[in-house]
Amino acid sequence: MMTLVYLMINGLQIGSIYSLVALGYSMVYGIVKLVNFAHGDVIMVGAYTTWYLVSRFSVPAWIAALVSVAVCSVLGMLIEKIAYKPLRKSGRLSLLVTAIGVSLLLQNAMQLLFSANPRMFTNIFTGTMTIGERQFSNATAATIAVSVVIMAGLTLLVKKTKIGKAMRTVSEDNETAQLMGINVNHTISFTFALGSGLAAVGAVFYCCSYSQIQPTMGSMLGLKAFVAAVLGGIGSLPGAMTGGLCIGIAESLTKGYVSSQLTDAVVFGILIVVLLVKPSGIFGRPHNEKV
Amino acid sequence: MLKVENMNVYYGSIHAVKNVSFEVAQGEIVTLIGANGAGKSTILKTVSGLLRSKGGKISFMGEDISSYETYKLAQKGLSHVPEGRRIFQQLVVEENLEMGGYIQTKEKNKDTVQDVYRHFPRVKERKRQIAGTLSGGEQQMLALGRSMMCLPRLVMMDEPSMGLAPVLVQQIFDIIRELNKAGVTILLVEQNARMALSVAHRGYVLETGKIAMQADAKDLLNNNEVKKAYLGG
Repeated sequence: MMTLVYLMINGLQIGSIYSLVALGYSMVYGIVKLVNFAHGDVIMVGAYTTWYLVSRFSVPAWIAALVSVAVCSVLGMLIEKIAYKPLRKSGRLSLLVTAIGVSLLLQNAMQLLFSANPRMFTNIFTGTMTIGERQFSNATAATIAVSVVIMAGLTLLVKKTKIGKAMRTVSEDNETAQLMGINVNHTISFTFALGSGLAAVGAVFYCCSYSQIQPTMGSMLGLKAFVAAVLGGIGSLPGAMTGGLCIGIAESLTKGYVSSQLTDAVVFGILIVVLLVKPSGIFGRPHNEKV
Repeated sequence: MLKVENMNVYYGSIHAVKNVSFEVAQGEIVTLIGANGAGKSTILKTVSGLLRSKGGKISFMGEDISSYETYKLAQKGLSHVPEGRRIFQQLVVEENLEMGGYIQTKEKNKDTVQDVYRHFPRVKERKRQIAGTLSGGEQQMLALGRSMMCLPRLVMMDEPSMGLAPVLVQQIFDIIRELNKAGVTILLVEQNARMALSVAHRGYVLETGKIAMQADAKDLLNNNEVKKAYLGG
């Protein structure tokens, strides 16, 4: 019984990270209908930024983390402006291919800068705590707690603030939003910045638990978060949060009860099942509009 | 107030709007009538900057707005109620109105909302409801209310009567009159030509992308050709 509790705690930890990343996928998809495959590599850039600042300049870790959030936000906006915006009126396939291109570009640029060798990331949250008879790293508690706070904040932002409402209107009907005087370009930039900033937070927490970073680390993490977004219903924020937690728990239970070799198979198996059974995901709404 | 000169709009190789010029003066209700596909909605979308005219000039309050981005026009006082209402289905009614007043201050919006509720008590009753659950007529009222929120000088309305029961059509046109009396200039696009001409001061008849006729609304109502083609004999 206690094993289950421990596994759940681990699942919640990695699940929170998936949720943070999945939110970026979902928000961007909601607003520009693009699966931003470069999103995973933004996580990688966030991890490298933090690592670089801490290891080369001995910047205090929490400042490094904040800087990397800022760097990723700007990077997200730049990617949108340079790569996606010129294609806004072209087909979705062109956008998708471009996203994959941006992803490759980021990975290779990082290999050029820092080589393909893995680097060691030092845990920011040192120390442990004991739950029952097992020890957990403080990083576990910090990951879960900070994620909860961030997700609550994000929900409030989207529901209550002017920019949040603008995001929702642009994602529902871009043209009519413009007729209301909403600057769609600003709203899209803001969404990319927000999503990429969350990815950076995810990156920092991920690295605290899985200490190794390398230029291709973003693809698997990104892909799993994408599965989480699809499971929850892509475009839906509560969906991304729930989806992330579900994937994390599924992974952790597989590791604990079946085999750690099978975790990836289970995650992608979930994707296949969702696509077969309910392609719109848990919170996704099938389209039915009244005219 | 609004002056369109030599508007030409193409959809690919199709020449949808051909050299159209028209004017709307301060305080007027002007209507563009014509059959389906005559180019009425295209004209409104082009004024709003959602589509672009090849050559020609669009000016609003003396300013050339031909190359303005759409979102800037609300600030100038030009509002557009799009065809099919296009309310934000997933937002609640109140939020729809709030978004209509996106460019205005919170304090102004508080006053304007009361104004909208006075015109549309039905909208007030439903203010906390998800907008997508409203009936067609309620959605149209919300769309009109939403356009009032930016305190426009000129409202362009695209088929406000489409798909509504006759009682509601009457109500919508009464409100158009009221708005106009309150000082808002109106450019009305309608297939319901009889209704449109009965509220309007002047009208333009569009045929396959061209202006075929223009006159005072009363004269158009009595014109034999217009009667035959648009008023059912």
